[in-house]
Amino acid sequence: MSEPIIQLDGIRKTYRSGTLEFEALCGIDTAISEGEYVAVVGPSGSGKSTLMNILGCLDNPTAGSYLLAGEDVSTMTEAQLAEVRNRRIGFVFQQFNLLASLPAWRNVELPLVYAGVPRHVRRERAVAALTRVGLADRTENRPGELSGGQQQRVAVARALVTEPAMILADEPTGNLDSRSTADVLDLLDELHDAGRTIVLITHEKDVAERAGRNLVISDGQITSDNPTARAGVSA
Amino acid sequence: MNWAETLRAGAEAVRAHRMRSLLTMLGIVIGIASVILTVGFGQGAQDKVRDQIDALGSNLLIVSPGSSTDSGGMRGGFGSATTLTLDDATAIADRTAAPDVSRVAPTTSTSTAVTAGETNWTTSVVGTTTDWLDVRARTLTSGRFFTDDELASGAKVVVLGPDTASELFSFGSPVGQTVSIGGQQLTVIGVLDSSGSSDSGSTEDDQAVVPISTAKALSGSTSGAVSTIYVEAASSGTLSAAYQEVQSLLATRHGVTTAEADFSISTQESLVETANSTNKTLTVLLTGIAAISLLVGGVGVMNIMLVSVTERIREIGLRKALGATPSVIGRQFLVEASMLGLAGGVVGILVGVVGSWVLPPLIDQPVTLSLLATVAALLTALALGVGFGVYPASRAARLTPIDALRSE
Repeated sequence: MSEPIIQLDGIRKTYRSGTLEFEALCGIDTAISEGEYVAVVGPSGSGKSTLMNILGCLDNPTAGSYLLAGEDVSTMTEAQLAEVRNRRIGFVFQQFNLLASLPAWRNVELPLVYAGVPRHVRRERAVAALTRVGLADRTENRPGELSGGQQQRVAVARALVTEPAMILADEPTGNLDSRSTADVLDLLDELHDAGRTIVLITHEKDVAERAGRNLVISDGQITSDNPTARAGVSA
Repeated sequence: MNWAETLRAGAEAVRAHRMRSLLTMLGIVIGIASVILTVGFGQGAQDKVRDQIDALGSNLLIVSPGSSTDSGGMRGGFGSATTLTLDDATAIADRTAAPDVSRVAPTTSTSTAVTAGETNWTTSVVGTTTDWLDVRARTLTSGRFFTDDELASGAKVVVLGPDTASELFSFGSPVGQTVSIGGQQLTVIGVLDSSGSSDSGSTEDDQAVVPISTAKALSGSTSGAVSTIYVEAASSGTLSAAYQEVQSLLATRHGVTTAEADFSISTQESLVETANSTNKTLTVLLTGIAAISLLVGGVGVMNIMLVSVTERIREIGLRKALGATPSVIGRQFLVEASMLGLAGGVVGILVGVVGSWVLPPLIDQPVTLSLLATVAALLTALALGVGFGVYPASRAARLTPIDALRSE
């Protein structure tokens, strides 16, 4: 096991609406090492979306500490978090979240724009990332001209392009047919084999089986943390 | 994200919603075009008045009987009083009493019928001295002006304005012909050139100028009263000195203080000011209305930008997730709003310029585009974009990425 890339200690998240208090996460302690492929599993309302927001630095925890690649991100400001997201995290969303007006490569280069990478370098790296996901011949196509599976692969290329510490995939196959699902999951497997750290949020068992480790969340707590059958295969 | 990237992203967003951007700009376009045109009309009207007054002659002081104040309130019978005399004019012409005065032309003026053969024309018969031509900066198209001898002897000669000449003599040269004024036969010795005033039908071009001695004989008047004394200062630099000299000289001669003077002296400048004050009020009023329409255009920009923020809430969330800081997002929307404002300003100026070519012949009013107003309008358009973009931009910047991503 290498250095933990994610270290969560006593993470709590409480939502307040008026006098009502709702504890979405009540004390999460876990660590994820570099190169791990972890699936966070749980029914809706279990707190896995909240955990995903915190892991993705989209939200601050109410209490507890979160070290991402050695940096404490639990108390950072919005602008600092934006920078951490840009450098450390590659997002893949259920809704793809591609900008319809931009061709594939312009979508992929977006994180590099915010990282301040010069224009000509961005195009090179975006095309390289698209080649990586098997879309070398689709760089100029707009999302509307691509199939769902292809769109999600563009989104994966966008997550890859900054060479982040972790790829965070939130129900990446939720909107895909079975063929495209297999397509995207194979791609994630490949990335994992190449040494990427991947955290996958899902409620589908067979999707979770593809990961090397399953974190099961229920009522804001981790109820089980087990290696899967695949753990040995790819390790 | 540097400014060049932000500008490019802004331009892309504006282009992505072409129709909406155009409609948003329309408010600014109309506002800017109307500001430019109203200021242009005001300027055009002022230029026209200045032209007319410049045509009076340069370095000119106009001494009238009766007194008037700047505010327009009048004491004495302004214009009808007979407090100015030929002797006053002679005194002003005295080099020792008024060293900064170069020439003096006293005039009398009566409206009289002039007859040439069968043709009758009522015009103002102006009696004056030989210096009138130079003082009033007039020239002749044909013939000559009367001489000192003719002035002294009250010769029966007349110089016609160009409009008068063409009314009385449709064919051939009037010079050498005879006209009848008040039963007396006068020989036409010259025709004046047009005064150069842009206003056609100006009284400056319709008059019959005779020696002042002849004018007195024609009207049977024995008094030395004159209706106006035109005084030419030696140069524009000595105009105010000449003003002082004429004022104190006349006050002394009339035995009054300058505060209760029974005469008034105006300069071209004061005439221009009086004529312009009405114009100015109207221009300010119209420009105010145009400015309000500009403001409404700005509110339109804000409205559309707010819609745009709401509509692109997922895009904002995504951009934030990918690493856009709140200030980068805010800047992007601010740049978009500014671009709409600036583009609206540029188009508005184009519309204004085209309007300034197309409108004047249609409405018979000159339009003078002012560079200052144009630049100011452009800056205002930009400022409107920025000003009314701040609120939508800060709304976009403050969105939290999870809420923005989650919204449907």
